Amino acid sequence: MPTGSPWSVERGEEIICTHKHLAGAALPILHALQREFGFIHREAIPLVARALNLSRAEVYGIVSFYHDFREIPPGRHVLRLCRAEACQSMGADALAERVRERLQVNWHETSADGRVTLEPVFCLGLCACAPAAMLDGRVIGGLDQTRLLALLDEARR
Amino acid sequence: MTRPRIFVPWDAGALALGASAVERALIAEERKRGVAIEIIRTGSRGLLWLEPMIEVETAAGRIAYGPVHGEDIAGLFEPLLEGGRHPLRLGRPEDLAFLRRQTRFTFARCGVIDRQSLADYRRHGGLKGLERALSLGPPAIIEEVTRSGLRGRGGAGFPTGIKWKSTADARAAQKYVVCNADEGDSGTYADRMLMEGDPFCLIEGIVIAGIAVGATKGFIYIRSEYPHAIRTMTRAIETARTEGLLGERVAGSAHVFDLEIRVGAGAYVCGEETSLLDSLEGKRGQVRAKPPLPVHKGAFGQPTVVNNVISLASVPAILAEGAEVYRDLGHGRSRGTIPIQLAGNVKYRGLFEAAFGLSLGEIVDDIGGGTASGRPVRAVQVGGPLGAYFPRALFDTAFDYEAFAARNGLIGHGGVVVFDDTVDMAKQARFAMEFCAIESCGKCTPCRIGSTRGVEVVDRIIRGERRAENLTLLQDLCETMRFGSLCALGGFVPFPVISALTYFPEDFGCAPLGAAAE
Repeated sequence: MPTGSPWSVERGEEIICTHKHLAGAALPILHALQREFGFIHREAIPLVARALNLSRAEVYGIVSFYHDFREIPPGRHVLRLCRAEACQSMGADALAERVRERLQVNWHETSADGRVTLEPVFCLGLCACAPAAMLDGRVIGGLDQTRLLALLDEARR
Repeated sequence: MTRPRIFVPWDAGALALGASAVERALIAEERKRGVAIEIIRTGSRGLLWLEPMIEVETAAGRIAYGPVHGEDIAGLFEPLLEGGRHPLRLGRPEDLAFLRRQTRFTFARCGVIDRQSLADYRRHGGLKGLERALSLGPPAIIEEVTRSGLRGRGGAGFPTGIKWKSTADARAAQKYVVCNADEGDSGTYADRMLMEGDPFCLIEGIVIAGIAVGATKGFIYIRSEYPHAIRTMTRAIETARTEGLLGERVAGSAHVFDLEIRVGAGAYVCGEETSLLDSLEGKRGQVRAKPPLPVHKGAFGQPTVVNNVISLASVPAILAEGAEVYRDLGHGRSRGTIPIQLAGNVKYRGLFEAAFGLSLGEIVDDIGGGTASGRPVRAVQVGGPLGAYFPRALFDTAFDYEAFAARNGLIGHGGVVVFDDTVDMAKQARFAMEFCAIESCGKCTPCRIGSTRGVEVVDRIIRGERRAENLTLLQDLCETMRFGSLCALGGFVPFPVISALTYFPEDFGCAPLGAAAE
């Protein structure tokens, strides 16, 4: 579940501390923070900066560079739909259109009921079972409209 | 009585098609019937249109069934145990035409062995390459890899032996081996399949590289979009440490080598080696200007070999079987085998490892069986989002680095994405620019600004605004990006754009070319 636990400075510090010895620790730390809290809380940035002897701007620069890191909490579920060519060749664009219609969202947005965040992904390596998606950690291939809408209903329950 | 052994893939592709439900159904049926079975989780053999494909071990060898779904198990369970008749029975996997026609060199064990078992790996010829490497010593290992003709399978095709030699020659207290597992090209999944199906092969290749160049530490940079590969590799590294394949005395030798995984964070550009290195160091994944080359100043400023997963995973077999076996396969200056990944709208979708030199037509029509939709093939994009779109008229192009380059294309990492006649090539050209705009690291202007302007120009062409003028502008912009960008992202995005325009002008509102081919 991507939602994660509520932000806590103490827990954040703890996570930073367990990873900061790693070579090139910034990404492992940010991944671990996001795993715990569901996103990178604003208050985490100065903590990471201090631990790694970087400026806050540098840490923010890293967070904002990578598509994976979120600055706001996601919905209860995250649906990542592949938008890349192999999935396009099997009708992914039309599927994405239907999902956006059904959820009333654009890419990177969360449905009004807070249940599903829709994110684009450029390739899940499931190009031989396109169109493909990932719902939270679960991979799904060979999607069609019926299966995808059923999946959305499941996520919104 | 020994329990029947059933092989179920744990490859992300097979899981995406329902392999977990198959396993659950097998376990439920086992309990219901009180018959004990042993379930072994393998990688995938790569016949994705038959996944989930499960196998049973019989006296006559393994017998495959597929595609099997959870609900099939109740009826399949009894015949399955004996390898008996059933509508889903495929026979011996090795006899299936798609597998029989391949030269499985790097993927020989993928889908066959228990992916988590070092003992099974060893039983199937694993660690023979490392044993030979240890007996040869560094200079002879490099010599062997050079003689094999192995070139970087990430896409650039740089000779692996030369890269290793340069790193070995560099003087430094600390050197690194970095495995590039940031397989971001759409249409490619060979790295993922290898890591999920034969993780010890990759570890063995990395260890050999470390010994050859004098590195004691390695990193595998895996993209975050591959959680299953990350899990399988993480466990394999732990096992390799426990079993003494990694650590203070590699496989009982005097060599020290340890390996860590780093996970990417969704930036396509990090597949480019210098931005990967910046990302590995915990920075924004921005491209570095070269020189200095990574072999002299790579990870953390130290001499570093950066190799793709398939390059490194080919090394154990090259050493075990000898450079000549590998070198004698192939075509022109492209030696050995390449895992061709048939993807998108193609009937027989999957990984086909073959010696270089098949024609694109053979790959798409013959091996791939045409489109999955049953409509005519119109365009094929080879080499990922930066690869050219080829029309049928160019289906005689041989699958090798030089032949594709000669036709303004690239084979890249070996992905082949097939489109039927419903494709709108102007939309594909626009997408290439849009993708570049989304993924540009922002370091150089042609890529950062050019990609956004590119989307706008293509939009104007599609709308029919001053078409002739905008077509000239697009050509000019592509020229600037091609020659002015720092790396292949901005530098190669003109390939899909210009090829779409050249071979499918009617989609841009221009007069169709009589004969689009050269």
